[in-house]
Amino acid sequence: MKFVDEFREPEVIRRTAEEIRRLADPNRHYRIMEVCGGHTHAIYRFGLKDLLPSNIDLIHGPGCPVCVLPMGRIDDGLSIAEQPNVIFAAFGDMMRVPGTRGSPLEHQARGMDVRIVYSPSDALKMAQANPDKHVMFFAIGFETTAPSTALTLMRAKAQDIHNFSVFCNHVTIIPAIRAILDSPDMRLDAFIGPGHVSTVIGCRPYEWIAKSENKPVAVSGFEPLDILQSIVMVLRQLRANEAKIENQYKRVVPWEGNHAALRAMADVFELRPYFEWRGLGFISQSALRIRDGYAEWDAEQRFEVPGVRVTDPKAAQCGEVLKGVLKPHQCRLFGNECTPENPIGALMVSSEGSCAAYFNYEHRKTAMVTRIASVA
Amino acid sequence: MSLASGNAAADNPRRIRFREPQIEMAHGAGGQASRRLIEGLFAPLLFKSSSEPLGDAAHLDFGGTRIAITTDSFVVKPLSFPGGSIGELAVNGTVNDLAVSGAKAEAMVVTYVLEAGLPTPVLEGEVCAMADAARRAGVTIVGGDTKVVEHGKADFMYITTTGIGRPLPDLKVDPRSVRPGDKILLSGPVGDHGVTILLARGELDFEADLRSDTRSVLPFVEALAKAAGQGVRWMRDPTRGGVATSLNELARDCELGIVLQEEAIPLHDAVRGACELLGLDPLHIANEGQFLAVVAAEQANAGLDALHHTPGGEGAQIIGEAREQSAGAVVVSTRYGGSRVIDMLVGDPLPRIC
Repeated sequence: MKFVDEFREPEVIRRTAEEIRRLADPNRHYRIMEVCGGHTHAIYRFGLKDLLPSNIDLIHGPGCPVCVLPMGRIDDGLSIAEQPNVIFAAFGDMMRVPGTRGSPLEHQARGMDVRIVYSPSDALKMAQANPDKHVMFFAIGFETTAPSTALTLMRAKAQDIHNFSVFCNHVTIIPAIRAILDSPDMRLDAFIGPGHVSTVIGCRPYEWIAKSENKPVAVSGFEPLDILQSIVMVLRQLRANEAKIENQYKRVVPWEGNHAALRAMADVFELRPYFEWRGLGFISQSALRIRDGYAEWDAEQRFEVPGVRVTDPKAAQCGEVLKGVLKPHQCRLFGNECTPENPIGALMVSSEGSCAAYFNYEHRKTAMVTRIASVA
Repeated sequence: MSLASGNAAADNPRRIRFREPQIEMAHGAGGQASRRLIEGLFAPLLFKSSSEPLGDAAHLDFGGTRIAITTDSFVVKPLSFPGGSIGELAVNGTVNDLAVSGAKAEAMVVTYVLEAGLPTPVLEGEVCAMADAARRAGVTIVGGDTKVVEHGKADFMYITTTGIGRPLPDLKVDPRSVRPGDKILLSGPVGDHGVTILLARGELDFEADLRSDTRSVLPFVEALAKAAGQGVRWMRDPTRGGVATSLNELARDCELGIVLQEEAIPLHDAVRGACELLGLDPLHIANEGQFLAVVAAEQANAGLDALHHTPGGEGAQIIGEAREQSAGAVVVSTRYGGSRVIDMLVGDPLPRIC
C-alpha cells in the first residue's frame, strides 16, 4: 500500500533504530514528548518502544482532543440532546467518553438519538435529510478538524439550513504546549511535533519553542519510520547543541501551513478568552468559539446550556499523566478502577489516549515480563 | 421467560456476578462485555455445568446418540450487502457454530421477527437466500415461527436460527487440550465482512471492491479433521469481535499465550486501507466465513495443506502458535521486532477521526 509500506520496511526501520542507539549518549537520559495522541497510538501499536534504548523516554503529550475535554462539556452537549427532536452527532472518538451520567453510547442505549458521523459535513447532510429534527454536531479536535467544522458552518449559512448547530469544543495546540513548558515539574529535552495539526498551521508557530525554550522540534508523520526518523532528528540536534524546527513530514506538511484552511477558521471562529482543559486547568486563548455572525448555528447560543463544572474524581491523576509527569501505569487508578471498559478519565477511552494505548498494547506485556522475570 | 424463578439461582446465589445496572449495546458486541453477561448471569442461572469453557455449540448425549445444538440471532443493517444478505448469514452462522464445535449441521428451525410494513419481495428474497444457503451447506430447514412487531420496533427483520448437528467422528475440540508449540491456522483474509458492512451502510464516502466472506466453513473443518484428526485441538469462526476476540478467549481458556506473526496474517489491501483510514484494527473486525484452528505442531503442515486444497482455502496460513509465556494474552509480534498485546474488543469497533 503506497504511503504506508515504504514507511514500515523492516530493514530501514532496523537501520534507523540502530542510528538512534548510536546517537544517544549512554550517559544521558532523554525525555522526548510526542505531542499528538496519534503518535502515542502508533508508538504502542507498532511496539516502537521495544526498538529504543532504555535511556530514551517517550513522554505522552496533551494532543488527544477527547482526553483534554472536561467532563462538564460532555454533560452540556448531552443535555442539549436531551431536548425533544435533537440528534446528537459526533465522531466515533467521542462515543465512549464518559459524562457524569454516562457516555453518548450509554445515552443512546437509553433512547437518545446519537449518531456517529465521519465528518461535520455528514452531520449537515443528516440535517437536510431530517428537516423535522435538529442535528447538533458535537465538534472536537485541534486545528486538524476545526477547518472542516468551519467550512460546514459556512455551508449551513450559505444554504440557509437552520435545523443544524455546532457545539464547539475545538482547541488549539500551541497554548497547550506552552502550558506544559511553563509547568514547574516538567523537564523535557525535545518534542515530536504533531503531524496532522501542522498540515493546517504549518511549522512556523513552533519556532518559539526552539528560540526561547531552546528545545528541538521535529514535526512527524505517523508511520513507524516517520517517528523513528523524527527521534533521529532531535537527537542529532541535541548532540550538536542546536534547537530548531525540522519538518520530517514534508510529504504532507507545508512549512507555511494551509492558507485556505486557516482563513476558513478565522472567518468562523474566534479565540475564547480562556477554556478549561482536563488535567491542565484553565488555559487562556486556547480554544475556539463560533463568531457572532454564525450565532444561529452555535449550539451554546441557541440552547440553554447548564455549563456546570464537573471535577474529576480526586483519585484520578489524569492531569499528571497528560503533562507527562506520571506514566499511565503510575496513576493510582490505572488498571484497577480505571480500564478501557470502565474508564474514569478520558485518557483511558480514546485509543489515542495514553492510558488506553498503554493498557491495550503494553500493560499486560509488562505484567507478563515481570512475572516471567520473577519466575526466573 | 423468567430468569429469577429458576432453581439454579437458589442453589448458587453467589455465582451471579453480573452487576451492571442495565444492558448496553456493548453487551451484544461479542467482546468483554458480552462475556461478562454470559458468564456472570446466563451461565450461573441457566447452564448446568458452567465450569466448562463456553463453546460455539453444546454437545449432548441421548443414551449413546450424540447431537450438537446451537442457536444464533441475526440483526444486520443493511439487510443485503455485496457478497450476501441477512438470510444467508442466518444459515451460515449457525452451520458454522456447529462446524467449529466439530459437528455437521443436519436440521434447522427458523424464527422470523418481522416489522409491519416490510415489503414482501424483501422477505421473499431473504427466504430464497436461506433456501440456497441451506442447500449449499447440506442442512434441512424443518420448521419455524413468525412474529410481527409494530412498524418502527425492528430494523425490517430479525432472524434466529437453531441448528442440530451430528458430531464428526474422531474430532474432540477443547481449549484446555491446547499445548505450547501448537500452531494457529487461519483459513483466509480477515475483516472482509465487517468492512463490507461498514461500507454498505453508505455513511462513508469511499468505495472498495470488497465482498462479505459469508459461507459455510464446514468443508474446512472436514478437510482439517481428515488431515490432522486427533491433532485438532480447538476451532472457532471469528465473527463479532474478530480474530483478536476469539484468540483472547482461547488464551484465557487454555491459560497459555498466543503469539501471532503480524506479516503472516492474510489481509486484503482494501480492508487494510479502510482500517488504516478509520483507525480500526483488522483483527477486531467481524468475519462470517473464516475459520481459526489450533493444531498440534506435527500435524500443522498437513492441516494447512488440506485447507489449501479445499475450495476457498487457498489463502490459509499458519499465523502463530501457543506458548507458555504471556499466559492468558494474545501478543502480535511486528515485522521489525516490536510487539504489542491485542485485547478483546471493547464494545463495537468505533472509527477514529480526530
